Amino acid sequence: MTRPLLEISRLGVEVPIHDRRIPIVEDLSLMISAGEVLALVGESGCGKSMTALAIMRLVPKPLRIASGSEITFDGRPLLELSVPEMRAMRGDSISMIFQDPMSSLNPVRTVGDQVTEVIALHDHRVSRAEARKRTIALFERTGIPEPAARYDAYPHQLSGGLKQRVMIAMALIMQPRLLIADEPTTALDVTVQAQILELLRELQREFQTAILLITHDLGVVNELADRVAVMYGGRIAEEAERVDLLTTSRHPYTKGLLASIPHVDRRHADLTEIPGVVPVPGEGPMGCRFATRCPIAFAPCQDERPPAVDLGSNHCAWCHAVAKEVAAS
Amino acid sequence: MTESAGTAPDHAPLLEVEGLKTWFPIRSGIFRKTTGHVRAVDGVDLTIRAGETFALVGESGCGKTTVGRSILRLVEPDAGVVRYQGQEILDLARTAFHPLRQDLQIIMQDPASALDPRMTVRDAIAEGIESFNLVSGYQAITDRVAELMQLVSLDPDAMGRYPHEFSGGQRQRICIARALAVDPKLIICDEAVSALDVSIQAQILNLLRRLQRERGLTYLFITHDLSVVRYFADEVAVMYLGRIVEQGSTERIFAAPHHPYTKALLSAVPSIDPDRRGLRPKVLGDVPSPSNPPSGCHYHPRCPVAMPQCARELPPVRQLSDGTSRCFLEAE
Repeated sequence: MTRPLLEISRLGVEVPIHDRRIPIVEDLSLMISAGEVLALVGESGCGKSMTALAIMRLVPKPLRIASGSEITFDGRPLLELSVPEMRAMRGDSISMIFQDPMSSLNPVRTVGDQVTEVIALHDHRVSRAEARKRTIALFERTGIPEPAARYDAYPHQLSGGLKQRVMIAMALIMQPRLLIADEPTTALDVTVQAQILELLRELQREFQTAILLITHDLGVVNELADRVAVMYGGRIAEEAERVDLLTTSRHPYTKGLLASIPHVDRRHADLTEIPGVVPVPGEGPMGCRFATRCPIAFAPCQDERPPAVDLGSNHCAWCHAVAKEVAAS
Repeated sequence: MTESAGTAPDHAPLLEVEGLKTWFPIRSGIFRKTTGHVRAVDGVDLTIRAGETFALVGESGCGKTTVGRSILRLVEPDAGVVRYQGQEILDLARTAFHPLRQDLQIIMQDPASALDPRMTVRDAIAEGIESFNLVSGYQAITDRVAELMQLVSLDPDAMGRYPHEFSGGQRQRICIARALAVDPKLIICDEAVSALDVSIQAQILNLLRRLQRERGLTYLFITHDLSVVRYFADEVAVMYLGRIVEQGSTERIFAAPHHPYTKALLSAVPSIDPDRRGLRPKVLGDVPSPSNPPSGCHYHPRCPVAMPQCARELPPVRQLSDGTSRCFLEAE
């Protein structure tokens, strides 16, 4: 097997409070191969965005990456790089797009300048004229109408959909090997979201960029992802290929999540709800984080960490109940 | 289900809206001269029957929220008629309108900003009860608040707490209890579940549905989320830039949409069915600004089947066997 492009092992993100360390992300391991789209799914506060920021080493203070965490990108240990080395990495080999294009763009500079700035930062040999040409070409590729005129536009002159296209152009201008997309379509209207999803899918194929897609929306996952990891309370609960996750999920949280989504393509009686609320970091069960809301929790779930249960064909669930089922069969 | 059920049949219109217009002036220059208008709501007709859930769907800026706010006179409409139980309510003086607020309640998208952070949950829920003198005496009001909290599955022991001590889903339950406190007939739910995580959204939708069954409530459900509409609504109106482009029963709208915009909207929702991957967007570009909408049919610049006349004339409201559609296309 070829070496994965990104390998995260035992990642922890924690916030120190007095002499305690409250885990936000705990013991998280993930791999992404070149050209693969991995979706990291979960509800607010599950730690999915913090995982993305940890890869970029942009975890905001006072949070910090726990000791013992390892992130390897293309064979290089990201957490051990110097600050200038890491800076050279961002926007070049790894880039990121955020949920809200409005607050990610500089309001007093033209969008074209903001994209060519990325080229200037990473490649001094490219002339201004050449950088402008490349930016306009990519604007055209990302479906921005009248790309040459839009180059000189300010962010407020563009609609939400166009701003997100500019963000995508900015992220892809150096042809990164990994794109981290944190809720890239959440702030957009559905008709615009459909266009942006199609664009991301096309560009991903064309540039063979690996994508780590952070989202709460399983519909978006179905559109873009090859493989899915479901997070709950700072840990991964289940990981599988897209189709397996959507059709034969085993973890009670994943099942509950899927049952609680209203379908647009069929009408159904009552939605299944997951009772209770997401545990606050540092509180709740220390065994399985889902134990207090789980319909099938039993003795060990409260206090013992659930084992990783290998279900074959890259499908894995961290659950005591699934372990028991598998052992019994 | 209640004693009024005998006198008012369930299909009687509870709320009728005709030709509703709410325009916001655009002011510019040092004298703040009005230089134009944002036509947020530009001639909207709706009929909401008692006991049903009527969904008003559209993308951001289409005016759906302004419709809700205009009905409650939280913004004053510029033209049109709103009849509640047959009574015209836009012409009423403020004092004459006030008693109607007991019947017409609203639940907003963001429960964090809808609740006063300095008010305990007890006081927030009790506010309406006190304002309409529904129950008198401190203890009696407290008992009523406890009852309401149980109704929305909140622990009454928590009534002395402040909103920040609750999660988003629990805060939305507080807002629902607050709306129910005055025993309303119609609740306008303005993106009431949009800010919530899906597992919590399911809890709130099921709660709203249960309350409707138990109390015969009528909902005007304002949302951008078509999956929620399909699950929740009986009747749907689709809005685009201030106008309703299509209306009909939920079954018909989802099974056989007529207006090209409705079709585009439905085709744009990602499905979680693994066999239905690969959205093909049927609509291009963004929603134009409501301050300068396109001529004729507002949708024509984005419409894949637009004809020359679409840019010139506003299409008439076409009657379909189920509902209406505002498009020159023949009904099939």
